Amino acid sequence: MSGPLLKISALHKSYVLDGVTIQALRGIDLTVEAGEFVAIMGPSGSGKSTLMHILGCLDLPDAGDYLMHDRDVTGMSRDELARLRNREIGFVFQNFNLLPRTSALENVETPLIYAGVGKAERRQRAREALQRMGLGERLHHLPNQLSGGQAQRVAIARALVTHPSLLLADEPTGNVDTATSAEIMSLLDELNRQDGLTIILITHEQEVAEHAQRRLFLRDGRLEPQA
Amino acid sequence: MNLSTTLQLALRALWRNKTRAMLTTLGVIIGVGSVIAMLAIGSGAQQRIAAQLASMGTNSLVVRPGSVTRGGVRSGAGAITSLTREDADAIAELSDALAVAPSVHTTEQVRYRGTNWHTSIQGITPDYAIVRNWPLAEGEYISQRHVQGTSHVCVLGQTVVRELFGLRNPIGESLVIKGMACRVIGVLTEKGATAWGSDQDDAIFMPITAVQRKLKGITHIDRIELMASDREASFRLLKEIKDLLRQRHRLREEQSDDFRIHNRAELAQTSEESARVFTWLLGSIASVSLLVGGIGIMNIMLVSVTERTREIGIRMALGANHRDILWQFLMEALVLSTTGGVLGIFAGLGGAMAVAGFSELPVSVTPGSVVIAFMFAAVVGVFFGLHPARKASKLRPIEALRYE
Repeated sequence: MSGPLLKISALHKSYVLDGVTIQALRGIDLTVEAGEFVAIMGPSGSGKSTLMHILGCLDLPDAGDYLMHDRDVTGMSRDELARLRNREIGFVFQNFNLLPRTSALENVETPLIYAGVGKAERRQRAREALQRMGLGERLHHLPNQLSGGQAQRVAIARALVTHPSLLLADEPTGNVDTATSAEIMSLLDELNRQDGLTIILITHEQEVAEHAQRRLFLRDGRLEPQA
Repeated sequence: MNLSTTLQLALRALWRNKTRAMLTTLGVIIGVGSVIAMLAIGSGAQQRIAAQLASMGTNSLVVRPGSVTRGGVRSGAGAITSLTREDADAIAELSDALAVAPSVHTTEQVRYRGTNWHTSIQGITPDYAIVRNWPLAEGEYISQRHVQGTSHVCVLGQTVVRELFGLRNPIGESLVIKGMACRVIGVLTEKGATAWGSDQDDAIFMPITAVQRKLKGITHIDRIELMASDREASFRLLKEIKDLLRQRHRLREEQSDDFRIHNRAELAQTSEESARVFTWLLGSIASVSLLVGGIGIMNIMLVSVTERTREIGIRMALGANHRDILWQFLMEALVLSTTGGVLGIFAGLGGAMAVAGFSELPVSVTPGSVVIAFMFAAVVGVFFGLHPARKASKLRPIEALRYE
């Protein structure tokens, strides 16, 4: 287990939109070591979301290799992918994607349900994860009773409660104000530095990307490093 | 994901849409309730028919004199005097005949002290009690000795007791029938009306010989009632009697029977069959409403899957595999249908009791019908829940996540 956390080579993905085939990714090569904080930038339509979906094992590439912990992801069945998402990947989305009309605590418990964790332990771990995000007082609030920053911290707690190897954050600050944005970014910094959590951040904001150690730019379906 | 967690998720999801869940369940409640109530009415009717058949004496046959054509003139049924006690004795020799009861019938004005009453007089033998399945309430029955001795004794039906004696004990008292004194030796139990409404208890029973000689002055008999051990034997017996009587009455090939044999088992079979058909008919009409309830479940689940596409996407991103999603939605459908099933059982019991209360119809809720209705509801839940659940589980994660 000494290899990189993930290694992607010659990744291609195209999709058909309104009858037009769009070459979203045209040969992506990317290696991410455990503990890295990588930002992927690019204008809208550059294939950021497509790359994010493939990295998150929500979708499979048309061609190319994707190894996670030296295991080939591209040949996995949909149930193996579900298991991988559950165990190895934590998602943070731009629009939070909290389960509606479901309390913060139950939201955070959800990935543990699919991991087969028992009820008492589930509750305990979800509570701890929320407390760590400073939401100890908001356990039973529903998503619509939370501010944007609080909702995103619930989402982060939910992403981390399974102790994943990788946190995938897709425009995590896209729907919050500047102050909250700074708060969320310093939280991610802390998670990366203190816990050694591997983070891949997708954003189009330069100052958000500044938090990462390595910044890559996605242009015309290819990745290029950016100073 | 284990069963109890799946159940919890399903209950929580349904709870979020309480009104909708309740209305969907209502469809199943009505369906299951009406199946149970209809089957209860049907089997109540079946039981009433069975009871009536039992009081008539099932597996029994009746032989009557038939019409006969003499020189082109056909006399009406019963007009001729072809049946005799000797015929009855010969029939009694047949091994399939358990009891053979020849009888004659008349009506007379009966007097007791100051009162009188017009009633039916039956001349019978001891076997009559067996073929009619009609026990004594008190006293003794017409015996073989009474028949042989042409005794002036009688056994009374309850209506006659009421009309002539009121509350007094009639046993040992003497009636006057057509100028002949007749001692009351027994009283029968209440038999009730026949299926076609005549009062069976309005009758006096005397030794057949007494009625033949003293009241009617005849030597033939009006009918022979007999009983076979079971239904099959009764059909066999019918053929045997036919052959026997044709032979005894010396009928030639081309001559038609001068008697008629009526098999009550045949009637019993027909009535039971029609009651069964009736029950099935009611049940199948009611199950249509259960089917409609099931379609209601499918409808709501399909709406729910569409509405919750994004939720499904989130769950998939968090690690739900397709089985988890399938089971979540299937479980919701199952909870709706089985809850509807359980509540429907109570609705059905209530409905059956209401029918029993408002009308004179007998109802009988059988455990079988409850089990069938409930199982049917559960099957409906799986059947109609499976399609939406499969649809949900087959969603692709990114498409579900992107769904607005």
